[in-house]
Amino acid sequence: MFKIVSKKMFSEKVACFEVEAPLIAQSRKAGHFVIVRLDEKGERIPLTIADADVEKGTITLVVQAVGASSTRINALNVGDCLADVVGPLGHATDIRKYGTVICCGGGVGVAPLLPIVKAMHEAGNKVIVVLAARTKDLIILEDEMRANSDEVLIMTDDGSYGQKGVITVGVEQVILREHVDKCVCIGPTIMMKFVALLTKKYDVPTIVSLNTIMVDGTGMCGACRVTVGGKTKFVCVDGPEFDAAEVNFDEMMSRMRAYRAEETEAMNKINIG
Amino acid sequence: MKVCAVGSGPSSLAFAADMAKFGYEVTVFEALHDIGGVLKYGIPEFRLPNSVVEAEINTLRDMGVNFVPDVIVGKTISYDQIHSMGFDGIFVGSGAGLPRFMNIPGENLIGVMSSNEYLTRINLMGAGRGQGYDTPVLKGKNVVVCGGGNTAMDSARTAKRMGAETVTLVYRRSVNELPARAEEVHHAMEEGIDFHVLHNPIEYIADENGRVKEAILQVMELGEPDASGRRSPVPVEGKTETIPADLVIVAIGVSPNPIIPSAFKGLEISRRGTIVVGEETMQSAVSDVFAGGDIVRGGATVILAMGDGRRAAASMNEYLSKKS
Repeated sequence: MFKIVSKKMFSEKVACFEVEAPLIAQSRKAGHFVIVRLDEKGERIPLTIADADVEKGTITLVVQAVGASSTRINALNVGDCLADVVGPLGHATDIRKYGTVICCGGGVGVAPLLPIVKAMHEAGNKVIVVLAARTKDLIILEDEMRANSDEVLIMTDDGSYGQKGVITVGVEQVILREHVDKCVCIGPTIMMKFVALLTKKYDVPTIVSLNTIMVDGTGMCGACRVTVGGKTKFVCVDGPEFDAAEVNFDEMMSRMRAYRAEETEAMNKINIG
Repeated sequence: MKVCAVGSGPSSLAFAADMAKFGYEVTVFEALHDIGGVLKYGIPEFRLPNSVVEAEINTLRDMGVNFVPDVIVGKTISYDQIHSMGFDGIFVGSGAGLPRFMNIPGENLIGVMSSNEYLTRINLMGAGRGQGYDTPVLKGKNVVVCGGGNTAMDSARTAKRMGAETVTLVYRRSVNELPARAEEVHHAMEEGIDFHVLHNPIEYIADENGRVKEAILQVMELGEPDASGRRSPVPVEGKTETIPADLVIVAIGVSPNPIIPSAFKGLEISRRGTIVVGEETMQSAVSDVFAGGDIVRGGATVILAMGDGRRAAASMNEYLSKKS
């Protein structure tokens, strides 16, 4: 059993947990993910690791309620346990000194972006963070990002905080202003698609971290397959990070909708019950 | 002395039983949350009830075998960590890995999935059983299963039980070449699975929501015998057939799990991605690492995997006795 030692709600549907998982805390690197199962009836859900504390033996996970299991996880409190947490899975981010790096993201993608920002900064890069959200209240981890980067740009759709506009507006400003050697983007699939189109135009090598549907997460089921450079890849063992310019985002978005009807039904049941 | 097994499928269980009898302290690390490997996630309840598997595992527990779920050797703990934990021998029974696909157009549509995914959702995760499990599984009216092995039979018979109106098994050779056990084929036929032999899928067509709705099949005929000694399937030029399919289960085999081959240094890995071991000793190029089952054979049966586990136990016992 994996005990929850702290919990913070980032917004109505997004919770941040510190969970006891000493072996994973020790072996994880930026970019890795875990598979979590709440209890006997729960789904196996992939979650990217947002942070870890080796001394405390904890990892930090940020969970957005989208289906039955994630909604039930977010209802847990300090002292409750997750039945299973397994990992670290996938390949770690290729951290090295690139020069100037843009790390951009939105939604819960900002959580797994944080360890990459930290590691890129520690590797001696100039790190410029671009955070995007619909509105001010949905901007998360801003202080942590500021503490670990050279600059933070905030973009909101409604202009309630930072600049008004979508993520690509902020990223383009930076690219036009100075030379950028690398871009890392983690967020909703549609956001990653448009960042990939933009950075391709300016020839900035970009990596994205994909969070697809998974069952086992260890290279057995193939539920997470995506097309990258015309070839089928498995996000769990070949990824989760890929060259953004090569990813077929349209196919990925379609595949992400495979269980939309079941997710909606589950949410309705929870809301009624 | 302490030894461990990687994976808790049939080869590891057989290995653990023998090593416990020899007097070793045995720990079995499992990546999934449940113990039993393919016996739990793969083989359906109607063929091997989980309660039977559970009883066998409990017998091993009574013999002192320690089972640790949620640990991926090579990810959660490394080869070096295993040694610092005091294990003198490692048996790798990490089993099947990536499911094979045919690389044909439409294979990544919604509703096309591997047999591993389909069976795992239902067998391991409880999907579609109406008992309040969170994991969903897509249901199909017209299910197409590709392949002719035991897993294809399991998938087809499971689909029937999940309420499919038609289940069509598509296989590129004839009934005589089906690799599944005759008994499994017989059961499937008895249960009304439609055997569409001498056909091979070449494309899947989507509906407006990106879900598969039809499969285009190439009509095949038998030609000269191939390397396997079976008559090889040859496409009949220009002859295709389109059948309705809202769920396609691809059961054409798996490649070995890639985690241990990439995490343990010094292993000899074949071109197929399997761990190379001595035929009788089951010992790998790393002297304290033994292996068996699908990670060595690429794709075999529970019986063969168990035989491997037992041979590996005998051989590791000999190796460790000499060493001490």
